Amino acid sequence: MKKKFFFILFSVFLIIGPNNAFTIEPDVFVQSTVNRASQILSKNISKEEKIKELRSIAMETVDINGVAYYSLGSARKNLDKNQKKKYLELFESYFLKSFSSRLAEYTNPQIEVKEKVFLNANYTIVSSILIGTSERPEVKIDWRIYTKNPDNPLIRDLIIEGLSLARTQKEEFASILNSNNNDIDVLFKSLEEFSKN
Amino acid sequence: MIKLLKLFCILIMITSSALADTDGNLELSKKNKQVKDCFEPLNRASFALNQGLDKALFKPIAKGYRNLPPSVRVGTGNVINNISNLITIPNNVLQGDIKMAFINTGRLVVNTTIGLLGIIDVADNMGFPTYEKEDYGQTLGKWGVGPGCYIVLPVLGPSTLRDTAGSFVNVLGGDPWYHASINGNNEYLSENVFLASKVLGGVDFRANNLESFDNLEKNSMDFYASLKSLYIQDRKIKIENIKRGNIQVIYNDEGDWEEIDTK
Repeated sequence: MKKKFFFILFSVFLIIGPNNAFTIEPDVFVQSTVNRASQILSKNISKEEKIKELRSIAMETVDINGVAYYSLGSARKNLDKNQKKKYLELFESYFLKSFSSRLAEYTNPQIEVKEKVFLNANYTIVSSILIGTSERPEVKIDWRIYTKNPDNPLIRDLIIEGLSLARTQKEEFASILNSNNNDIDVLFKSLEEFSKN
Repeated sequence: MIKLLKLFCILIMITSSALADTDGNLELSKKNKQVKDCFEPLNRASFALNQGLDKALFKPIAKGYRNLPPSVRVGTGNVINNISNLITIPNNVLQGDIKMAFINTGRLVVNTTIGLLGIIDVADNMGFPTYEKEDYGQTLGKWGVGPGCYIVLPVLGPSTLRDTAGSFVNVLGGDPWYHASINGNNEYLSENVFLASKVLGGVDFRANNLESFDNLEKNSMDFYASLKSLYIQDRKIKIENIKRGNIQVIYNDEGDWEEIDTK
């Protein structure tokens, strides 16, 4: 009986254990990500070094391809395989530059995770507060976390006081396309120029 | 009476164009519909003018303002906020939020008297709820009027037809501060006092957002489009009063996000 019990327990561990052993809760993931970023930002190193380190965090924690497809909106459906590949490469350079240089402006930001709300199997919103200082008021930041793979949650959007960065980016891309007869090459050129400058 | 008729006509003209889409469908019938940029070339010209004015005038003034002692800046911001209650309170009533109208009336009375004409935000220290400004554009939105076309007003910046109509209501009787200053028969208020309060409000806003604007401009490929998007998003959350609301209500539309997984 005892042997049978241990056999069942061992089997259960084998089945469930490996799948859940590394599941990361979205709120824990956000807090650990902001702590890592905050540590870099408070280091006594040059802005360029900070940007370099922030880029590596972004590569690990942001679903850059997901954000890329979202930002392109319905125009992504018209891309062929090569254009998609080129777009993803250009977007990654653009995103990493934009993301890290935006963050590098802050020194030692203190972010406190408040709550998480499960939207559906793919998304959880983690709500946090950027603690106010004498120079700026408290800011509410929501994080859209992509949880399709619970072992590897990824950031897809930051919503600052209700304003979505991904949506702003999407509308910026749409504006560039609309002003240029939906010519994707113009967008590619803009992304390329942004990353170079 | 003539003023009331004028107000009515302007509202009808502007809100009807805000409601009507090019295909004749009502704005309200389409969830999360894009706000049309009907006058884009003109808007971009206005935007360029505003950018020039900002670089030459507003930004340097805002930077100078930032060098003032924090207590002076906080006091100025408090006075501007206190005056804005005069527009917020009637809009609380028009939106049916009578409780908030009472709270904001209490805030106005307390801050104007004990708070020395609003310099000190006594109400905040007494535990009043966080102050949220309301205006006639938001009220029209709450009543179901769509935003209409996006417009960039020279000097004043981003707006929509609906929000511009809302601003006209201020001039046509909706803003007691404007009327007390311009038409009031008293020795303390004048047109200059009103203008000074508006300019100070603008400088205070610009000074509070110096880094955010610089950062956004530096990291935008199309700064005009980024500001347009942020303005429209901001107005939407203000109209729906969801800035700090229930997350499940805020993120109720997942269509765009879900679609990228089924690409």
